[in-house]
Amino acid sequence: MNLSFFYHFGRYILFLKSMLTKPEKFEIFFKRLFDEMYKIGIGSLPIIAITSLFIGAVTTVQTAYQLVSGLISKTVIGTIVSDSTMLELGPTISCLVLSGKVGAHIASEIGNMRISEQIDALDVMGINASGYLAFPKIIAGMIMIPLLNIIAITLSIYGGYLAGEWSGILTHDEFITGARSTFKGFTLFFSTVKAFTFAFIITSVSSYHGYYTKGGALEVGESSTKAVVYSSVLVLFFDYILAELML
Amino acid sequence: MIEVKNLNKSFTDKHVLYDINATLLSGKNNLIIGASGCGKSVLLKCLVGLEKPQTGSILFDNRDILNMNPVELRVVRKEIGMLFQGTALFDSLTVEENIEFPLRFFSKMSPAERKDRVNFCLERVNLPNVNKKYPSEISGGMKKRVGIARAIALDIKYLFCDEPNSGLDPITSRVIDELINEITKEYQITNIVASHDMKTVFDIGDHILFMYKGKLWWEGNKEDFRHAVKEVEELKLFIDASYFE
Repeated sequence: MNLSFFYHFGRYILFLKSMLTKPEKFEIFFKRLFDEMYKIGIGSLPIIAITSLFIGAVTTVQTAYQLVSGLISKTVIGTIVSDSTMLELGPTISCLVLSGKVGAHIASEIGNMRISEQIDALDVMGINASGYLAFPKIIAGMIMIPLLNIIAITLSIYGGYLAGEWSGILTHDEFITGARSTFKGFTLFFSTVKAFTFAFIITSVSSYHGYYTKGGALEVGESSTKAVVYSSVLVLFFDYILAELML
Repeated sequence: MIEVKNLNKSFTDKHVLYDINATLLSGKNNLIIGASGCGKSVLLKCLVGLEKPQTGSILFDNRDILNMNPVELRVVRKEIGMLFQGTALFDSLTVEENIEFPLRFFSKMSPAERKDRVNFCLERVNLPNVNKKYPSEISGGMKKRVGIARAIALDIKYLFCDEPNSGLDPITSRVIDELINEITKEYQITNIVASHDMKTVFDIGDHILFMYKGKLWWEGNKEDFRHAVKEVEELKLFIDASYFE
């Protein structure tokens, strides 16, 4: 087995630990936190909205296409759209999109600061660079990404509903009846737990790759790519782990 | 005053600094010179704590920074200012926010007091009316001045300058040299400059340390240096090469 996995895993744990060893002033932390919440949350809203609406719409149309038997009620389409959105499409697809958008941004921002000696400047000043740069991003991600997940679920179901109505696949009543028939609070809770976990993975893995960038502009690009690839794979891996543990 | 004793530094399989012993004087411009790759930047990084040497000690006014706990080290760090080769200004902050940055972390000043201090530092480096500009909107020479202003925002005792003239035209280089010299004398700080610009050495150098292949090859004042360039073969080669650059 490749030993570099253990090297990176160990360094990742030490990186997380270093963020908490020397907290900075709360006033500075909160200002950074709100800046990051704005960047991650509001900045990602358009891409999440567009992705979710289309995923919901496509789910409705494709589910209808597969329901060839007249014995099955059309309300099932509403059920499938709402359940699959809450369980899988909302958190997982949104977070895969966010690992590209937010993850690449975090890795390139911190990586650029590394190669232009800005992180060295923080170190010389005696400021905990990882705590100052990465910690607010991780907390901001863990607050905003679950909220984005709720928005993604809502818009996805709405997208499914609109597609159903516009194409005449099912009526308003059929969709709503189906969507509400099997709704369980736990499904939403599970979805939120997923989003929360994925948020931590995306922000921390991307921060790690950016923080340890070495070299120049080319390496910043490599760090961004690694951040997206590793966080996407880990999102899928933990998607399975959480499903096994909680369902 | 900073004393370096028996300092050794290596990276995996490459030894970079060999048993460095040096004294860096307070109120003086201490110039570390040498060809690219001789180890002067690594020595500077060891001095400011960005690299940890394998053996040796570094004493900042008799305080060994290599054997300090994080709390003690934080006290010393507040006394250190550094001008980086690429200035290392924070891109996302304006000029005044960059200078205010260390004050927000380490001083108990009110916002109004911080603003006054920022304006004072900007005036000191002859750079008024750029408060609201971003680093990307100012020239290389102005960035260096902002870097110096940020370095002196707190009451520092030690100033480290890594290649302060790199990327600057000859006239701006002299202006930056003169500014560093003025600040060193005015605040009586221990100034350490890593450079390979011979004009800087002859203009502002008080105490000169010549490094060659990771070793401290020669150390002395400017008068001795004038003699040494005729006698020390490695120094002579370095000076000749510098004039060809």
